Amino acid sequence: MNPRPSLKERIKIERQSMPEQAASDRQRNFKEVNLGFDERLAMLEAQRCIQCKEAKCIAGCPVLVDIPRFINFVAEGNLAAAAHSLLGDNALPAVTGRVCPQETQCEIECVRGRKGAPVAIGYLERFVADWAYQQPNQAPMETAPPTGRKVIVVGSGPAGLTAAGELVRRGHDVTIYEALHKPGGVLVYGIPEFRLPKKIVHDEVERLKQAGVKIECNVVVGKTYTLPELREHFDAVFIANGAGLPVFMNVPGENLKGVYSANEYLTRVNLMEAFAQSDTPVLIGKRVAVLGGGNVAMDAARTAKRLGAEKSMIVYRRGKAEMPARLEEIHHAEQEGIEFEFLVAPVEVVGTPQRWVSGLKCIRMELGEPDASGRRRPVPIKGSEFVIECDVVVVAIGSRANPLLTSTCPELKLNKWGFIEVDDQGMSNLPGIFAGGDIVRGAATVILAMGDGKRAAHAIDDYLKTK
Amino acid sequence: MHKILRQTQLSPNVIRLDVEASRIARTRQPGQFVIVRKGEGSERIPLTIADARTDEGSISLVIQAAGKSTRELVALQPGQFIQDMVGPLGRATELIAQGCALCVGGGVGTAVVYPIAQGLHRNGVQVISVIGGRSKPWVIFEPELRRLGEVVVCTDDGSYGRHGFVTDAVKDLLSQRKIDVVYVVGPVPMMRAMAELTRPLKVHTIVSLNPIMVDGTGMCGGCRVSVGNETKFACVDGPEFDGHLVDFDLLSDRLSTYRQIEQQVNARHEEACKIGLNR
Ligand SMILES: Cc1cc2nc3c(=O)[nH]c(=O)nc-3n(C[C@H](O)[C@H](O)[C@H](O)COP(=O)(O)OP(=O)(O)OC[C@H]3O[C@@H](n4cnc5c(N)ncnc54)[C@H](O)[C@@H]3O)c2cc1C
Ligand SMILES: Cc1cc2nc3c(=O)[nH]c(=O)nc-3n(C[C@H](O)[C@H](O)[C@H](O)COP(=O)(O)OP(=O)(O)OC[C@H]3O[C@@H](n4cnc5c(N)ncnc54)[C@H](O)[C@@H]3O)c2cc1C
Ligand code: SF4
Ligand code: SF4
Ligand code: FES
Repeated sequence: MNPRPSLKERIKIERQSMPEQAASDRQRNFKEVNLGFDERLAMLEAQRCIQCKEAKCIAGCPVLVDIPRFINFVAEGNLAAAAHSLLGDNALPAVTGRVCPQETQCEIECVRGRKGAPVAIGYLERFVADWAYQQPNQAPMETAPPTGRKVIVVGSGPAGLTAAGELVRRGHDVTIYEALHKPGGVLVYGIPEFRLPKKIVHDEVERLKQAGVKIECNVVVGKTYTLPELREHFDAVFIANGAGLPVFMNVPGENLKGVYSANEYLTRVNLMEAFAQSDTPVLIGKRVAVLGGGNVAMDAARTAKRLGAEKSMIVYRRGKAEMPARLEEIHHAEQEGIEFEFLVAPVEVVGTPQRWVSGLKCIRMELGEPDASGRRRPVPIKGSEFVIECDVVVVAIGSRANPLLTSTCPELKLNKWGFIEVDDQGMSNLPGIFAGGDIVRGAATVILAMGDGKRAAHAIDDYLKTK
Repeated sequence: MHKILRQTQLSPNVIRLDVEASRIARTRQPGQFVIVRKGEGSERIPLTIADARTDEGSISLVIQAAGKSTRELVALQPGQFIQDMVGPLGRATELIAQGCALCVGGGVGTAVVYPIAQGLHRNGVQVISVIGGRSKPWVIFEPELRRLGEVVVCTDDGSYGRHGFVTDAVKDLLSQRKIDVVYVVGPVPMMRAMAELTRPLKVHTIVSLNPIMVDGTGMCGGCRVSVGNETKFACVDGPEFDGHLVDFDLLSDRLSTYRQIEQQVNARHEEACKIGLNR
């Protein structure tokens, strides 16, 4: 192996770009857009990390991945050690490497970003994780001797999966109850295949099962079992049921045929595989308007294009700079020919006499005074209404707390928006009932949900020791 | 995996399946439903829990062959399986505790009304059932309902029971007796007609809505209906609502969303059956 280049030489290396499927090809297929680094690119990129003594990047990561450590192993070409290091810190690096908003978390803190581009931490994380999952005879997860304690995890999204893994490692008997027929939460029903291949989630679920986690799908807690019932039969419960309640616009015409919530649209396509000609239908719009500016909106707009839409548009009430979506998604969407209407808000969905969507009536906005979030509040410009012609509208303006579970346990303390209140250990006001992920934070991110799962698992472990 | 225990033909296009589902059998209440997915690639479709036996841990589904998914289900034989079944979903029926209730069922809706009638009977309520079908072979659940009280059967062609629609029979009953509440389950036009009939009489009328559903947990909003000018999600807020407040036009309109796509699927399915490609 070559000796490591000097620091001076390493500083000169430019950030390596991610090989990707050409926009013209990928517009019409559901295969992953990013193709991943090969070993040569990964080692080159890893050389760019100057191994800061006080690595600022770590503080940017919600689960405190020891970034310089695993990257150093990559630079040395010791992938096994890199994998060992990374997997010790992060249970789902193949997922987070793909979907974390790195530009606002780890990478924004990277010193190399002060002059030029930050180290591509996400791409390297993905590279190491993918390498690790491809190795034959992977060591199975090590688990402590059985403790005889039984824990229920509600929901199999990133929070639930992470907690289940941590708990089973500590020897607890863990069962996940999942409402849908397939585990993975938003990772399988929301985030599309072209961004996060389902196989990754599937493999992780299999790994957990091999370690002893039991996963029962088709169980809706609140219906099939109630929370008080679970409390009676189990030593602890971790609630990670996400924020699955779609928000609509509250404008006339919202129930016309052709108006979808992003949840419904993406579920039909991803979970129910409407893109692969399964029995579940989805309307293929010629012109699709997607409302919102987050990851969910980008996913819906890019999905519409792939399903065959001639025109797919993002309609957002603020400006480009305010869009909460990951930069890479916005960039990919632009490359794929998604059109953007900024500073525009819907006032009505207009329809044909047969009540099919025929357009979205909007009003133009201008940015006024900053609001509570510090972002300038959009205010409508009088008389600026216009109609965007379209035949499918997808509403991706957020989601709220789904009350299905919490309403069956009135003693559980919620905040005024219906999210579960927890202490800094992740425990609710009811002893033994913990919660984390979107049901505590509101729609947030995969890595924050995982962080909650990990923290709650440790707290549950402590709690079970004292009980 | 849920094993089919028994399969019984109830009418020319309605089949009863008794299926293993002990967890659901134990907790289900009148008015609740399950969502089933027959196998890989199948749709998720909602079906009411028509009956349950806790002793053998089974529930009964009564299914009308409408399109591809229901046709595949009615073709299942004892010993075969339904891959996924989730429930019990939806709110339980608001059952009155005393008095007299009319249970009105049309077509496959008769099976849906049956658990409601059972619940009412258990509460000690007097139950009168009015059930209809196009002709004699289409009338279902008559013996079961007879065990719970009086039954009036109507057929469109007069081949059995009273000649005419259930609305005519209900109109007569409402003028003769004191009825506290009417439960109606059937095709949308029938539920609408019943609601119009009882509205001027101010008789509380509960209808069971059947919009298109996906998850059944309030996550997708696909099942939205309008009740009293408010949008509701039928899978969690319903499926039963006050019939006098329901926007039936919207319901039947939204039910037609995929009609064209479904017709193509059905045509393909029939073709595949003919040439023997069928699974
Ligand atoms: C389309 C889309 C794109 C996104 N893109 C990104 C991204 O790029 N990067 C990022 O970091 N974040 C992204 N997010 C946000 C991220 O996915 C969520 O913050 C994260 O998944 C929350 O994890 P969770 O475990 O709390 O809940 P979820 O992932 O929502 O999982 C909850 C699970 O619980 C199940 N459940 C619900 N109720 C019950 C019940 N009563 N009983 C049993 N099970 C139940 C649900 O079916 C679900 O499987 C995206 C979200 C969406 C919708
Ligand atoms: C809460 C609830 C309970 C139900 N209980 C029963 C039951 O006990 N027995 C039963 O046979 N059916 C029941 N249904 C209706 C059943 O779910 C539909 O008939 C089924 O989804 C149609 O699927 P398919 O693929 O066979 O037909 P498709 O090819 O999808 O449709 C065939 C025809 O039925 C219409 N249709 C589609 N979806 C529905 C729907 N959800 N309801 C009514 N018509 C629809 C279509 O517009 C089309 O005209 C219930 C529906 C709901 C919402
Ligand atoms: S988990 Fe996310 S935030 Fe943390 S290092 Fe990896 S990509 Fe960055
Ligand atoms: S801040 Fe950047 S350069 Fe420094 S250790 Fe972290 S990734 Fe490497
Ligand atoms: S079926 Fe999805 S919200 Fe009711």
